[in-house]
Amino acid sequence: MILQSLSDLWYGFGVALTPHNLMWSFFGVLVGNLIGVLPGMGALSAIAMLLPLTYTMHPVPAILMLAGIFYGSQYGGAIGAILLNLPSHPPHAVTCIDGYPMTRQGKGGTALGITMIASFFAASFGIIVMIFASPLLVAVAFKFGPTEIFAIMLLGLIAGSTMARGSPIKGIAMTTFGLLLGVVGTDVNSGVARFTLGLPELTDRVELVALAMGLFGVADFLLNVNHMHYIGTETRVRLRDMRPSKAELKQAFLPMVRGTLVGTLFGAMPGTGPTITTFIAYALERKITKTPERFGKGALEGVASPEAASHSKTQVDFIPTMSLGIPGDAVMALLLGALLIQGIQPGPMLITEHADLFWGLIASFWVGNVLLVVLNVPMIGIWVKMLQVPYRYLFPSALFFIAVGVYSTNNSLFEVGEVLVFGVVGAILMALDFPVATILLGYVLGPLVEENFRRALLLSRGDLRVFFERPISATFMTICIVLVLGQLFFAARAALRQRRAMYTPPLPHGGPVIADE
Amino acid sequence: MARRKIHKDVLGGGLMIALGIGVVIQSRSYTFGTLSRMGPGYFPVALGVILALAGLAIVVKGWLAGAPEETKAVPLEWRAWMLIGLSIVAFVVLAEYLGLVPATFAVVFISALADRQNTWRHAALLGLAIVVVSVVVFWWALQIQLPLFRWG
Repeated sequence: MILQSLSDLWYGFGVALTPHNLMWSFFGVLVGNLIGVLPGMGALSAIAMLLPLTYTMHPVPAILMLAGIFYGSQYGGAIGAILLNLPSHPPHAVTCIDGYPMTRQGKGGTALGITMIASFFAASFGIIVMIFASPLLVAVAFKFGPTEIFAIMLLGLIAGSTMARGSPIKGIAMTTFGLLLGVVGTDVNSGVARFTLGLPELTDRVELVALAMGLFGVADFLLNVNHMHYIGTETRVRLRDMRPSKAELKQAFLPMVRGTLVGTLFGAMPGTGPTITTFIAYALERKITKTPERFGKGALEGVASPEAASHSKTQVDFIPTMSLGIPGDAVMALLLGALLIQGIQPGPMLITEHADLFWGLIASFWVGNVLLVVLNVPMIGIWVKMLQVPYRYLFPSALFFIAVGVYSTNNSLFEVGEVLVFGVVGAILMALDFPVATILLGYVLGPLVEENFRRALLLSRGDLRVFFERPISATFMTICIVLVLGQLFFAARAALRQRRAMYTPPLPHGGPVIADE
Repeated sequence: MARRKIHKDVLGGGLMIALGIGVVIQSRSYTFGTLSRMGPGYFPVALGVILALAGLAIVVKGWLAGAPEETKAVPLEWRAWMLIGLSIVAFVVLAEYLGLVPATFAVVFISALADRQNTWRHAALLGLAIVVVSVVVFWWALQIQLPLFRWG
């Protein structure tokens, strides 16, 4: 079986390395990388824009190119998150939390270097898992019903909320706020339009990209205008700075491995998007570390682990997409669409019927990731140059990219208006020390949580015990309860200590920080 | 001094309570349903209650923490805030009626003026530079669905 996989893989490399296919793969990675760096332009918009190009192509190069765009833009998104605090792809919202402070400390190059190493490592691992464990993971995935999905999402929400800097209650409030934003729009079960404020545009839900760009981009501009002169406090950035020191590598290694494992686990479960994956990877690091106070202020682990998780998840995500025809997220759904346009039906038969495509795709992942590294070593200098642009030129330009990027997601100017609204909301919340990143988590999971909760209880006829009767779900629920009780315990202990000490310095999250002059 | 300054958490928590209650009130117009057959109102009501409770907890915590510590207040930048807001509004309006080029110039030009160090000339030059980028990257290379110029 393993030998069979290996020989298939060998054949796959043969397919991926034909000059024609290699060229398209390279093109995809390059374009994806370039588009991914632009704020507001994530993998979704990049693939959507280049999809028409593939109509006339042969299926193999077409899908190789689209996959290349996917991970190219994913890496590009990390660049934007680390250097500019703009998560063009929501999973990178977590990377902002520590990546951007690193940049502010003049360690942006290191953060990018670690990201590159972590993504390459995680992607390689994900590919290996994909080759050998596909059948196993598929079998596990079949056991997931609405009850299990709800339980794991609840865990994600709780873990995500409590990772917020400062008070976990505020994290929970923000996650709930995000869940409520996710409710806006037409209810799928009854067709009732909820919280649309009478605006027909809102029946289609709040736009994710607009929300992310508002909360992170515009809110940040509002708080920092006239108070920041350069994003990088140190202008000294050379290619050499990208190479992390031995100590940094050692520090990042274990988080990278843990992140990879989290990503692999979540990749195998259909319905768990990349955002929840990166949040859980980050929360895990914060729980494990002995020095949680460094998180949010430029902890290397906070960059390495989520980025590794997002990349291994991406790779493993292809398993349910290709072999079951169940896309893990919107990007996968789009890739699925591209396959269907080519007349290829994803499903259990795909591996045998279109062996060249499946194994070529797997091999091309690895080739593509090598290309990504090769491409980014020289390009990094260009990205880092962005930091030397004075803030007073940078933020107006970024505003334009945000506006046009959000517009192009759905060709809707209404959504550009949403950006402004969420920018103001985000700025107010940040000024009040609320952690805004978890809003995004709640928003992304909102509809899934509601849908699965309703379905699970419909199946159990309103019996809440169902969540504790099924073993997988019971495990997740138990972890949830332990997490909440643990938080309460720590909160109570901290309150007691505070009574004694009577003073703790406040830690505003993402609040205005005056740059060095 | 501490008398006029309300603790940030009291303010933030209060905001959450108001929001939670608002959501519950609004959700009453949707069918609530039962646990086995939830209507569209069930989930939002539950969330609204959680949000209000969390807000209450934040208020209580802020209250107990007592006099505000020396928090870094957000400096008031009304002119800059207005201009940044206006720049996005201008983009939306101009893209709708005049096309990509005027909209691009407006968003960059207006928001650039928000920074006190930028002069009119700087802002205009930056606007023109981004217009070039906009035309080459988005209109020509990525074929965005907005005409360069239009009327009405």
